[in-house]
Amino acid sequence: MASTRETFLDPLVNNNPITLQVLGICSALAVTTKMEVALVMSVAVIAVLTLSNFFISVIRNWIPSNIRIIVQLTIIASLVIVTDQILKAYFYDVARQLTVFIGLIITNCIIMGRAEAFAMQNGPWESIVDGIGNGLGYSLILMIVGFVRELFGSGRVFGVPVLTTVSDGGWYVPNGLLVLSPGAFFIIGMLIWGLRTWKRDQTEVD
Amino acid sequence: MLEHYLGLFLTAAFIENLALAFFLGMCSFLAVSKKVETAVGLGSAVVFVLAITVPMNNFIYNYLLRQGALEWISESLGGQDLTFLGYLAYIGTIAAMVQIVEMTLDRYFPALHASLGIFLPLIAVNCAILGASLFMVERDYTFAESVVYGLGSGVGWALAIVALASIRERMRYSDVPEGLRGLGMAFILTGLLAIGFMAFGGIQL
Repeated sequence: MASTRETFLDPLVNNNPITLQVLGICSALAVTTKMEVALVMSVAVIAVLTLSNFFISVIRNWIPSNIRIIVQLTIIASLVIVTDQILKAYFYDVARQLTVFIGLIITNCIIMGRAEAFAMQNGPWESIVDGIGNGLGYSLILMIVGFVRELFGSGRVFGVPVLTTVSDGGWYVPNGLLVLSPGAFFIIGMLIWGLRTWKRDQTEVD
Repeated sequence: MLEHYLGLFLTAAFIENLALAFFLGMCSFLAVSKKVETAVGLGSAVVFVLAITVPMNNFIYNYLLRQGALEWISESLGGQDLTFLGYLAYIGTIAAMVQIVEMTLDRYFPALHASLGIFLPLIAVNCAILGASLFMVERDYTFAESVVYGLGSGVGWALAIVALASIRERMRYSDVPEGLRGLGMAFILTGLLAIGFMAFGGIQL
């Protein structure tokens, strides 16, 4: 049985949901053109993941195993509806930019994956910690990718100009590739390369 | 009229490819693309399920959820707007449809079921399926358009995963840096494929 500390810290680097478990990649790629949007998405995922882990873990002994997917999906979908309504009420502009990706938190594999792999076997307290840990691991990658894409793609960080672009009379010629979809793939690919060179044991043998 | 549907089909399959332009269904896209054979299996299952669930959800949206949709039951319900229940309704439909499709195939087409079998339950949580339904609602497609859109986006997704799987099979003969093997290389290959598909971007249909 892993300690609470390990449950919390492991998903950050050693067992990161995106780079090692290959979970939740769709949204990681799609919402990272601007850091502000990536931040809102991260907070939404952490909230949904923590709460869904908690609720599923509380009722885990009463869920019949052959309909557990439907039960999990219902809990997750309800939480996402609440999140979506809150975002539309208080952060309307960002919610518009996220378009369908808030709804897609339902099918974000991180949430189902952690519910299935962790919350179904562990108590509520550990599940909350696991939810926050994995949520933070996801956010970490999202923020790194968002930072690189926004800084080099449009010369800004959180919407504040850092490198003045040529169109604003500065010197920096923005790299358009990073704003487009292929840029996100390359950045995550490189990130995985870097991480696996640092942590040798994560290398795949085939 | 025919041109409109043909255009919609090609747009959904190539220009707005679910996998390469919107990054949908990436988890299974990267996990199941190691062999061409399994990629074909998953790809055809996705086409099948998309072609059924998108029109189903279109029906639910138009006759149950949208504002004024309930008028066919009684006048007094005309003002109800149930769109906030959308996510729950769509994911429920998808999960139920996948279950029904699986049982039907098992009963009447055992050979097809054996080849698609293990992939079908996975599909309920594939974001490409839910994503296509959400795009359908956002773009306000009619019923006929949603049939074409479901089919087109499914074909596009299947095409992308088979292409990636073929490339990954050939990668076995290449000397890839150690840390980049497997997942890292799959990302870079997908990026290159996405650039290729962007060439379709300027085409107006």
